Amino acid sequence: MTEQTTSSAYTASELIAIMAGRLLVDGQIVFAGVGIPLLAATLAQRNVAPKLTILFEGGVIGPFIRPGELPPSTNEQRCTRRANMVLPSTDVLLLLQRGYVDVGFMGGAQIDRYGNLNSSFIGPAEKPSIRLPGTGGGNDISSLTNMIVAMKHEKRRFVEKVDFITSPGWIDGRDSRARCGLPTGGMWRVVTDLAVMGFDAETREMEVLALHPGVSFAQVQDNTGFPLRRAREVGVTAPPRREELALIRELDPDRLYTA
Amino acid sequence: MTSDALVRDYDTLRRDLAARDRGLREKVTTLEQAATLVRDGDHVAIGGCTLSRTPMAMIWQLIRAGRRNLTVSRSITSTEGDLLFASGLAHTIVSSWFSQGIVWGISKVMRHHVENGLAAFEEWSHMAIGMRYRAGAMGVPFVPVRSMIGSDVARIRGDQVKPIRCPFTGEEVMAVPALNPNVALIHVQRADPYGNAQLDGLQFMDIDIAMAADKVILTTERIVSNDQIRRAPDHTRIPFFTVEAVVEVPYGSVPHECYGQYEPIFAQLDRYAALIAKDPVAGARQYLDDYVHGPKDWSDYLAKVGIDTLLTASRRGRVIFND
Repeated sequence: MTEQTTSSAYTASELIAIMAGRLLVDGQIVFAGVGIPLLAATLAQRNVAPKLTILFEGGVIGPFIRPGELPPSTNEQRCTRRANMVLPSTDVLLLLQRGYVDVGFMGGAQIDRYGNLNSSFIGPAEKPSIRLPGTGGGNDISSLTNMIVAMKHEKRRFVEKVDFITSPGWIDGRDSRARCGLPTGGMWRVVTDLAVMGFDAETREMEVLALHPGVSFAQVQDNTGFPLRRAREVGVTAPPRREELALIRELDPDRLYTA
Repeated sequence: MTSDALVRDYDTLRRDLAARDRGLREKVTTLEQAATLVRDGDHVAIGGCTLSRTPMAMIWQLIRAGRRNLTVSRSITSTEGDLLFASGLAHTIVSSWFSQGIVWGISKVMRHHVENGLAAFEEWSHMAIGMRYRAGAMGVPFVPVRSMIGSDVARIRGDQVKPIRCPFTGEEVMAVPALNPNVALIHVQRADPYGNAQLDGLQFMDIDIAMAADKVILTTERIVSNDQIRRAPDHTRIPFFTVEAVVEVPYGSVPHECYGQYEPIFAQLDRYAALIAKDPVAGARQYLDDYVHGPKDWSDYLAKVGIDTLLTASRRGRVIFND
């Protein structure tokens, strides 16, 4: 197989998981949600960050998820494989509040230019057109630590202003997050199938840091419902490596998370 | 009776507890008898989380008994929430997340009830729910937390959460109200006839729920002797004096999992998802007819779920104890 065919032979979800997993650093403590975040954290743990400690809201500290045994949420026994400890779920969430967690890592239904996430309501909360499943631990995680969000890049998901702030990002930009009573954490990276984004240090507006191979800035902008900023130097991410893809497929052979 | 108040009156809570027989006594009973401990309109907290250690047999029995208008709280709500709404057992679910699971998508039954104003899904952050139970367990009216601040999750709760100033540092934190449920339904791996409960694996919020509630209805995979409990008291998580009824129900969480015993019954969960995908109203009704009202007892329900799928789930469940 040539490099060319290798790089085109992956799904959007696989690409997101690989790119997001690369952002994790060995030795960190990461609070991961189900789906792509769980997969990406496990990928990082097996690949480049063996001392990465994963936390799940079910109460789990330091599991190693088994290939082919992905859990249906972060609250089943599959989440406890080779873990160091299980705590009551309230107490594992309190680790965020105490400050033990370096990174929170979750998926998102809808995000806005200041990195606020909505997973509760489409339309007004009083009379929604769609009632979404809700925050889960999302509000707690995004209130209390630095966030990575992994999601599909679609115009309907990247909106000027979310219908409802379930998980606070930078609120209205600048220092508004701190002013409303959230002195720590904040949205750090948004990883999609098109690009990796961060937030301007001053205005806290979303900016493109790196484009995935073969993707143009215009293409990212076309799929975004607000004007995107460009970082001073926009990089290009390295394409998924063969071993990264092999590992993802070994972990998720039934394409539970990566369909 | 002050259960309509957001935070229940402390004197009443104390008086009710003092009036209960807290002696070491046998409480083994049937699902039918245990169901009589729940009154229409009660606040019922459900132990476990998502697809784990859901007290499904007890919920199943409450639906069969025709209980109505409960307010139900749980850390994260899955298919049992659909059944609570579709059967009319609950009109309000207090939870941080409500859907079958990401693999199956957003719950159409939840959407139907909430979007049409037939029932309410009161959303709180996961930690806030946990801290509400904990405040209830601690016997204090509220606890401060540092989440929900600045979000619409707090905004739509109106007067139910309030920013307060710390009397020592002056900083602002969020006060979340204590939650003392009338009844807690908790499923465990083993308990003795007095209600001393030992649970394996993930505890979720069950210990706080047990301590916060007026009383616990315990269902257990098996009843063991008090001697066996006393050989490992450090494994006991729920003390007998919180418990009002003990019911032995093997496979009492099906189609959800019970740690170390059986994994979720995926075939049954897929069957349910397929039913409600077509029509949330008719599908849920058919599921209730076929799997809740139809079976003559819990064993008959398990037979309908199917011996093959139960054995597969049991084999997978026990694997957790292998290296």
